[in-house]
Amino acid sequence: MPGFHRGDYLLALPMMLLTLFALGVLLIDLLLDRSSKVINAWAAFAGLAFSAAAVHNIQRAFADQAARGEPSSPFFAFSGTLMVDRFAVFFFYLFLAAAAITILMSVRYLEVEDEHHGEYYALILFSVVGMMCMAAGNDLILLFIGLELMAVSTYILVGFLRRDRRSNEAALKYLLLGAFSSGIFAYGLSLLYGLAGSTNLQQISMALGNAMAPGKARVVPAVALVTTAAGLFFKIAAVPFHQWAPDAYEGAPTSITGFMSVAGKASAWALLLRIFLFALGPMRPLYVPILVFVAIATMTGGNLAALTQSNVKRLFAYSSIAHVGYIMLGLIAGTAFLPNPDGIRGILVYLLVYTFMNLGVFGVIASLRRRDIIGDELDDLNGLFFKAPTEAVLMLTFLLSLAGIPPLAGFYGKYFIFLALIESGHYALATLAVIYVAVSAYYYLRVANAMFMRTAGDRVPVTISPGMWAGLAITGAATVVIGIYPEPFLRMVNWSMHVAQNPTVAQLLR
Amino acid sequence: MRLTALYLFASFSDFQQGRGSVQMPENYVPAFIFIAVALAIPVVTLAIAKAVRPDNPFGTKLMPYECGVDPEGSARGRYTVRFYIVAILFVVFDVETIFLFPWAVQARTLKAFGFIEMMVFLAILIVGYIWIWKKGALEWV
Repeated sequence: MPGFHRGDYLLALPMMLLTLFALGVLLIDLLLDRSSKVINAWAAFAGLAFSAAAVHNIQRAFADQAARGEPSSPFFAFSGTLMVDRFAVFFFYLFLAAAAITILMSVRYLEVEDEHHGEYYALILFSVVGMMCMAAGNDLILLFIGLELMAVSTYILVGFLRRDRRSNEAALKYLLLGAFSSGIFAYGLSLLYGLAGSTNLQQISMALGNAMAPGKARVVPAVALVTTAAGLFFKIAAVPFHQWAPDAYEGAPTSITGFMSVAGKASAWALLLRIFLFALGPMRPLYVPILVFVAIATMTGGNLAALTQSNVKRLFAYSSIAHVGYIMLGLIAGTAFLPNPDGIRGILVYLLVYTFMNLGVFGVIASLRRRDIIGDELDDLNGLFFKAPTEAVLMLTFLLSLAGIPPLAGFYGKYFIFLALIESGHYALATLAVIYVAVSAYYYLRVANAMFMRTAGDRVPVTISPGMWAGLAITGAATVVIGIYPEPFLRMVNWSMHVAQNPTVAQLLR
Repeated sequence: MRLTALYLFASFSDFQQGRGSVQMPENYVPAFIFIAVALAIPVVTLAIAKAVRPDNPFGTKLMPYECGVDPEGSARGRYTVRFYIVAILFVVFDVETIFLFPWAVQARTLKAFGFIEMMVFLAILIVGYIWIWKKGALEWV
């Protein structure tokens, strides 16, 4: 029954606040002159802080639930279309943190590019609203709208350097391929709706459970699965559908490349997990082979293509494709019918640590941008250690973490995923993944080699703004601290794994 | 490719050990459908179109359509990009009206709730309108 319910608005408050602040930024921007655009960044930052407070409020509701001794159950809003569970809260925090760090790193970069407009911050906030809908949607329509809100905001952000040909080209390619993949995804969703007669994820899960009963024809469910999966693989940039990623990553403003590669990717993964674990849960025997094929292709394609790149942004685009391959292994781990909880835990840990280390990498690349130097060729990193030692050491930390070297955060993501693979007996796949991790060390160390062992082409000092320092300090500290003392973070992930009443997931967590 | 084949072989035994022992061929059906559908869609649509459509080209029919008048000059002419902005703005406010219709029909049942929600929607669009106006997108010169 439509009407005002207080609970609905409390659950939607994080998104509503972000929308309000984004609209506010758009309006404030009209009143600001060129020199005071930094106020937009502060306003956007305030929006993120208020939204985080609202998320904390929801988190407290879960704590109350636990204090009353009740089993953790998700909160539903707007006739069950929005489902905020602990899983969603985890992703809310992740998106807000990624957006906040991106804003810290953006201000100076945009000033150098001479494209410092309020729309940039408004679009980041809007895309976070979309991501939240993707993480908390319990209805195909809301999930799809969230996906499009995120994607459309990102298309514009990719093309934000209006006078730069590469940025324009990247935005156009990303827009065309993104629209195409959304079409395929929507087609898959329409088939799911046709099978279930409902857009609610639980209903779809039940209908598919019946459709998967032995002795029934599985062609329509299989086609629905394949098209939905293809659309999702586009969004996470898995290999047969990855062609947009290197171009979009290379052409986009560097701060946005970082944002896309962590927040955009994490939100696509949240959506993928919602769909694959909840709606398509009963179809696990059918989708695991597809995932195996795509994961192998993704690790191979990403790692091998990254070896020969001379542009750093392109190199990290391929590296992020390779990471998608590893993350996918976490979903493959398990039996033919149930995912392994350690695998899902691994995915969440991986996304958490990847957010910090990859944002750090792109922060360093963004700080190399000067008036005459774009700073995204590998040669531009030459001798960075002699010009900006602290920054070079931070970059080395991020690189080693990405390669999964033990005392750093990146190790734990890979650890849980490989552990889950071995627990469920996928030895061949685990071996292959470890071989590719070794391959990836080559191209990460190539970047380190340029920074430490080559001499710089010029003597111009690297100037780093306070905002950038703050961003690098946060990402660097997180990368080191999660690696040395992972316990609170693992506890947070475990907390968010108490997901939902969905039969598949409930069984998984028992 | 060989690695893939190797893995497919290895994972076969995994699934056999797993609960329910799913049969190998059926297990990989979706992967094949996946490839087959991707290949089939363009081929089939083009083939069907070719088979079904009448094929009878003649001079007048192949001429570019220009409101029934004989075309003058090349269709590749340039026109100002301002039309594009106007068209986009039209689409936005066109969709707004489409959203207003179902609300108008249901306004009595939805009462204050529908009214307030609709006003929120309009307020967001008005912010967009102010933004467009201030940015000068509505000025023709």
